Amino acid sequence: MNKDISQNWIASWQKRHSSEVSDVKETLYLIKKSPMTMIGLAIILILVTVAIFAPYIAPYNPVTMNLDKRLAPPSKDNLLGTDELGRDILSRIIYGAGVALKIIFIVLAIDLPLGILLGLMAGYFGGWIDEIIMRIADIFMAFPRLILAMAIGTALGPNLKNTMIAIALTMWPVYARLARGETLSIKERTFIEAERALGSSNLKILVFNILPLCFSTLIVRATLDMGNIIRIAAGMSFLGLGAQPPTPDWGLMISSGRNFLINQWWVPTFPGFAILLTVFGFNLLGDGIRDISDPHLRRGKK
Amino acid sequence: MLKYLIKRLMLFVIVIFGVVTVTFFLSHVIPADPVGAILGENAPQELVEKMERELGLDLPLDQQYIRYLKGIINWDFGMSLRTQRPVSKDMRIYFPATMELAFFALFIAIILGVAIGIISAVKRNQLPDNISRIFSLIGISMPAFWLGLLFILILYYHLGLIPAGGRLSPSISPPPMVSGLYLLDSLIAGEFKTFWDALYHLLGPGLVLGWIQTAYICRVTRSSMLEVLNEEYIRTARVKGLKEKIVIFRHAFKNALIPVITMVGISFGYLLEGSVLTETVFGYPGLGRYAVNSFLSLDLNSVIGSVTLIAICYASSNLIVDMLYAVLDPRIKY
Repeated sequence: MNKDISQNWIASWQKRHSSEVSDVKETLYLIKKSPMTMIGLAIILILVTVAIFAPYIAPYNPVTMNLDKRLAPPSKDNLLGTDELGRDILSRIIYGAGVALKIIFIVLAIDLPLGILLGLMAGYFGGWIDEIIMRIADIFMAFPRLILAMAIGTALGPNLKNTMIAIALTMWPVYARLARGETLSIKERTFIEAERALGSSNLKILVFNILPLCFSTLIVRATLDMGNIIRIAAGMSFLGLGAQPPTPDWGLMISSGRNFLINQWWVPTFPGFAILLTVFGFNLLGDGIRDISDPHLRRGKK
Repeated sequence: MLKYLIKRLMLFVIVIFGVVTVTFFLSHVIPADPVGAILGENAPQELVEKMERELGLDLPLDQQYIRYLKGIINWDFGMSLRTQRPVSKDMRIYFPATMELAFFALFIAIILGVAIGIISAVKRNQLPDNISRIFSLIGISMPAFWLGLLFILILYYHLGLIPAGGRLSPSISPPPMVSGLYLLDSLIAGEFKTFWDALYHLLGPGLVLGWIQTAYICRVTRSSMLEVLNEEYIRTARVKGLKEKIVIFRHAFKNALIPVITMVGISFGYLLEGSVLTETVFGYPGLGRYAVNSFLSLDLNSVIGSVTLIAICYASSNLIVDMLYAVLDPRIKY
């Protein structure tokens, strides 16, 4: 009896959502068909796994110093060598994965809601609200991102938390603009008019009708931005305006290893590979997702 | 279209005003004590107060803001605490250095990026295309400062192909200042040795920035060319029996150019940003390194000066791109 109901429920759910189900299936198919996207996805999955299981994977503690083993070249004990305080570079890179993901996650957790909120308001209400929000966005976009992030980071005081806030403050206009554009085109459609005629409030229309339709565009854009977020954060740490010691941050590792470039090349070199590979992975994945969500391409492949 | 251009210019003015305002408020949040930095921590109270009056720090915030705006209109940012010179004078020296580097990198990037992008599009999915796509993906994923360090390690230390850093060798004195661009000034003065030395010193940072920008321009050229090559009129041209070279350059590339020009403009903005990191790595005395040093020493006047100047350049390059776009594409009507 119970089983019957649940089966019925599943069947009816499938019926109601059949277009979405086939959409997801098609997306998965397209991802599988594109080797570049698969490589990107693999890199990111490895990164996430490494970040989660860092304490089990890393051979050493990332911050424990061992002055007897300062600047040891790569060997069986320390696969990627040790830094100026005798810390194992491989372990620091492994723990650094978590730091990098945390930066991306927090920046987007600030920017997506903020951008969506401001963009929806600007697009839906128009008039002076739109004008004010978009002009502020223009001003923020008039700074090169790294410069503005440096300025905000310095004003708040250089540390990892403030780096994330600073990067978030430089990126929200992108999402606000996108959300505004989507809202402008969606709000003219008949079903919104119908909702309004039925007496739905503005808030209800914004949250239940417009917001879900903006989401896919914003997610694509966010994926494309993930690599950039890491790059800016690494740049700030490198300049000494971001993460502070002893955080196992990749940019900071390059910055402090810089003095050993000529004689102990492994100290600044390996963390750079980690940044390059991670940003590369996010860019591959972002490109793939953008192509897949492009309706031109979808129709072409069908 | 004129209406659009005027509207765009007005937006530019609003943005610059906003930039200046944001910079003012940011610089007032920075936890620095300029008076303490000049006089030392144990200065007597009367001296501190006198200094504050001189710097206008005793005024209420709105009056300080007006004073600050007046200064900027006269291009006066006050003295730099670090260099003990007026900030505008400092920038007069460092800004041309960054422009020289940015133009050099952009020159490399446009030539390589467009050429490789066209080849890539024409040989779509063949070996040259795959190689160039991987190289450009690596390029856009590359942290500029790290690539700079690799260049120093390999090209300078192991191969001796580039100098370690700086803008000129210590034995060579800068050419008489006309534009501030050493390449140009040395040619004007007829000092060819200085010219080659300046060019030699641009190689390291120029190639780092150039590769990264090549990657961006190459990607845009490729996708724009691919789009155009699919058009009906290209097929018509081919059916007419025109040579492939003519089809590609006269018919396709001309129409693929607009996104490429946009990208070049955006690239210029990225170059300003990239110069901050690259100049720091190569010890190149440009505006980017000046800005970083000002930030690190909390030298507020030079922070404000350099950030304002960089933002004005960046906003101007966006303005030029938008205007070019409106002028070049006859399909766009505003």
